Formats: sequence, structure tokens, C-alpha cells
Amino acid sequence: MGIIIKVRDVITKFGSNIVHDGVSIDIKEGEVYGILGGSGSGKSTLMREMIMLQSFQGGEIEVMGKSIKNISCKDAIELKKDWAVLFQFGALYSSLNVIENVSQPLIEYTNLPKEVIEQIALSKLKMSGLKEDATYLFPSELSGGMKKRVALARALAMEPKIMFLDEPTSGLDPVSAENFDRLVRELASLLNLTIVMVTHDLHTIEHVLDKFCVIYDKKILFEGTLKEAKEFEHYALREFLKVGKE
Amino acid sequence: MGNFEVLYVDKVTCKITISGNLEKDSIKSFYSKVKAVKQKNLSFVGIDCSDMKSLDFAGALLLVEFVSFFTQKGCSATISGVDKKFEKILYFARKNLRQKPKIEKSKEFFLVRIVNKIGKPIVDTFDGFFLFLSFFGESIMQSFRLILTPWHFRYKATLVHIEKSGAQAIPIVALTSFLVGLVIAYQGADQLAKFGANIFIVDMVSISVFRELAPLITAIVIAGRSASAYTAEIGTMKITEEIDALKSMGFDPIIFLVLPRVIALVISMPLIVFFADIVGVFGGMIVADGTLGISYREFIVRARDVVEMKHILIGLIKAPFFGLLIAMIGCFRGFQVTGSTESIGRYTTISVVNAIFWVIACNALISVLLTEVGI
Repeated sequence: MGIIIKVRDVITKFGSNIVHDGVSIDIKEGEVYGILGGSGSGKSTLMREMIMLQSFQGGEIEVMGKSIKNISCKDAIELKKDWAVLFQFGALYSSLNVIENVSQPLIEYTNLPKEVIEQIALSKLKMSGLKEDATYLFPSELSGGMKKRVALARALAMEPKIMFLDEPTSGLDPVSAENFDRLVRELASLLNLTIVMVTHDLHTIEHVLDKFCVIYDKKILFEGTLKEAKEFEHYALREFLKVGKE
Repeated sequence: MGNFEVLYVDKVTCKITISGNLEKDSIKSFYSKVKAVKQKNLSFVGIDCSDMKSLDFAGALLLVEFVSFFTQKGCSATISGVDKKFEKILYFARKNLRQKPKIEKSKEFFLVRIVNKIGKPIVDTFDGFFLFLSFFGESIMQSFRLILTPWHFRYKATLVHIEKSGAQAIPIVALTSFLVGLVIAYQGADQLAKFGANIFIVDMVSISVFRELAPLITAIVIAGRSASAYTAEIGTMKITEEIDALKSMGFDPIIFLVLPRVIALVISMPLIVFFADIVGVFGGMIVADGTLGISYREFIVRARDVVEMKHILIGLIKAPFFGLLIAMIGCFRGFQVTGSTESIGRYTTISVVNAIFWVIACNALISVLLTEVGI
């Protein structure tokens, strides 16, 4: 298994405020990887940098062997077809209904007939656990959990190689959150996905993640598995994992 | 790329051989062949996948859908020779196959539909008008409450809105008004020169700018600037539940959001109009000096003789009413925003169109009334 995302010495500044001061992580292919850290520690920022939504001031990020700092437009599009992002609040297109939202990437990037696209979209919706009668609703008519499911279906539409999830279980009830975790795990193994997620949820950390990093004080405090984390002596990490448990 | 062969063994038996890739890029040709097979009345369908090199979810889904289509028709359909590594994805596709849910189409008679199409907007317009009246009434009620408890009035917010909607609008209002004054004088100058009535340019420009043009131009510019801003601001607050938060804390959204905006415009409109008066007439003066040879001094002396005070006052008295109208419409439409971000755009458009229309309509009404009364 090769390294699919490589982050080296990334420095991020917002004005004079330093967010990352030399952050380096490696994400292997097929891994379910978590980015952890307290509020405002810059974990979402790090993810946004990986998906080219945010520029960084120093260092290097390579995704699938391509450095994204000076990437050409064409390469960027190719890369973007290979990944999908699930935003925290779904970020569904409000002018399109559920099935159109899911179909959108397929309509843009493939030459599949309309019926096939519809069939794929329907099954992705079923996969993400959305009820049938919500198929033709508009995003404004959906609840938070439903929006998340639709967003997951949309992220899955193109069968990406990497999926980025921004706090996937936040705002879901415990049962839904657990189901969501199980779903992510299942998808990762079935579709051979690499998953990168930002999360706080201890259940997710325990049951879903293969490996994670913890951002603390602008640097990577720890990178490894949960087992290794438990043996790692640092009050901040202890605190973090304990607080999550309660 | 994938290669798909369809072989009809006899009238009721069909054999499909898949070789190569069955993936998103190659599905299209497979789908068209399969579609033709679906039309036929078959009882045995076999799909041979022993030469299949790769299979993605979309391909698996198509296979599964195809099999289930024939199975439902009571025909025997089988997939054979599937490599072990594809079994998982086929299983996953089978598990997640979903038929298109049926949507109930309304079975209305087409005439009913046409009447609906025309009638609904009309009814909605009337509804909107009554809703606006009740909103207006509620705002007046709250203003009375404020008069009794003036310490609840949001002075700071009002000042902010005076700056944003009033002071910051001055450059654009000045430019517009200047250009309009200029154009009126320019077009008039030609006609007046023919009669040798050059000096009447003063009456024409001053009275039309003071009485009609400056208030109207200002109102239209402010409607475009502020009605849209108010609708978008309040609409966004509604979507992000800020208004619900206000209500839940026992703060009245009308006192917090509407009255500061309305009062800000009522105060600043006459001031801006006064400014527009000066700049508009100045535009006319430049033309009078340049094309008709009436110096600035002559212009002012003449204006003092012929332009009665009432013309300036009428223009200035209209202004606060226009401000009230614009702010009320802007806020009212903002509160109508529901659900999606798209509706912010829709109501912002409606609010600007409404505000401009009502300003022009009211101006016309006032103009006719005053002329009839003889002022």
C-alpha cells in the first residue's frame, strides 16, 4: 500500500495568526484516517488545504503523487474527479432536488445515459440510507441527518478513490451516527476507498479509524493507531481521549 | 475497453458474453445492447462474465438490474463465471438496487391548470398585499410601544443604517442626479433657443428637479441599494435562524431589525434629496452657461425670482414617505424568505421591483393630487 496523501512541513498563517507550523502526515492507500484536535486547532483547515480550497504559506502537499501547490488546471480537474468531499452541513445545491444533486457529478463527468445515471443515483441514495419518499424533495425540505445522507450519496456518486469527510457524525443522533460509522467502514473496504475525516466523535475514533493524527499547538502531537495513542504519554492527548469518552 | 456480445441461441434463449472492463467509461455500449435485449420476449438469459477484467459499482448495478428485470418477468436469468473478487461488489449492488419511486402526477384537467396558472399569481398578489398591510400595522403598533418606552429604541443600529443607507449613498445619488439635471437642461436648451426663451431654462430645470426629479431619482437609487440590502440581510438572518434566536430571547424582530432601518431611511431620505436638488440644478447651470450663455449668477438670480419655496418643500416632504415605503417593502420581503438560499435571491428581486414600482406609483398619485388641488 503506497502513500496516497503526503503532507510535509505545512505552514499556514491567517494574517499574523499562525495555524500550522510545520505539519507533516502520511496517509496510506485504503486507510481510514482521522484528523483530530481541539476546536480551532486547524484540523478543518488542514483538510481544506488538501482539497485545494485553502492556500498554505509553506511546505508541500502531495495527493496521489501530484504536488498540489503548483498544479496545472488539467491535473487539478483529474484529481478532483478522484476525490469527493462531504461537507459538515451537506452543502447540497439548493436549486436541485435530491436525485439531481446526486446525479450532478455523473452528468458532468460521464457520458452515461440518463436512465443509468438515475439508477446509479437511486442506489447510492439507498446505500447511504435515505428513505425512498425523499427522492424528489429539495434540500430545504430535508432534516439535517437526511441532508448528510444525500451529501454522502453525492460524494459516492463518482466512486472516488479518496473521500474527505468533515465531521460526518456531528448533528446525528447516536444510532444514526453509529450506523453512519458502520457504513463508512463498509464502504471503505468494499469500494477500496481511502477516507480522511475530521472528527471529535470517540465512537468513530474507536471503531472506524485505522490511524489518526492529533494537532496540538500548531504541530502534530501524535500520529498512529488508537493502541499506540493509549501508550503515548502526553497530558493533552490523554485529556482529549478521556473527554471524548465521557 | 469492454466488449459485449449478444447471441440469440433460439427464439427464447439469449447469451451475453462480457469481456474486458465493465466500468463507467464502457457501460454506454453495454447499456444500449442490453436495452434491445429487454424488448424481446425471452425465457432464458445467461450472462457469461468469465472474461471480465474489471467491474465497478455502476457496472455491477447494471448487471444486477438486468437480471432482476428478467426475473420479475418470470424468466430465468443467470450470471455465470464471475471472478471471486467481483462477488463482493455484485452483492453490494444487489443489496442497494432501488427501483424508481413513483411520483403521482396531478390529473387536473388542462383548463383547470390554465386558470390556476393565471389565477394563483393574482390571488398571491392580493394575499401579499394584505400580509404587507398587517406587517405595516404591526410595525406601527411597535412604534407606539417605543414611544412609551423610548429606552428600547435601537439608537446605535439606527445610526449605523443612516450611515450605510444614507451617507454612503450620496456619491451615487449625486452623480445620477447631476447627470439627469444635465440631460434635462441639454434637451430643453435646444427647444427653448428656438423661441429665444433662453432664460426659461432656469424655471424648467429648477422646478422639475426640485419638485419631481430629485426625489424620484433618489428614491429609485435608494430602492436599488437599500431595499435589496434589507431583504438580503433579513432573509439571511431568517435562514440562519437568527430571527428565531431573537424571538426566543424575547426580543421583537420589528424593534430590533425593522424600525432602525425604517427610521434611518425616513431621516436620511430628505437629506439626500436636498443634496440631489443642489447637484441636479448645478448640472442644469453648467449646460445653461455653456450652451445658452446664461451665467451662473444670472441663473441664481432668476431662480430666486421664479422658483417658489413650495416646489422645494413638496420634493422634500415626499422624500420621507418614499423612504418609509422602500424600507418597509425591503424588510417585509426579507421576512418572507423561507428555506433555501435561492429564495433570498427571489425575494430580493421582488423587493427591488416592488419598491421602485410603488415609489413611482405614489409619486404619480401625489403629483396628480397636488396639481388638482392647485399647489
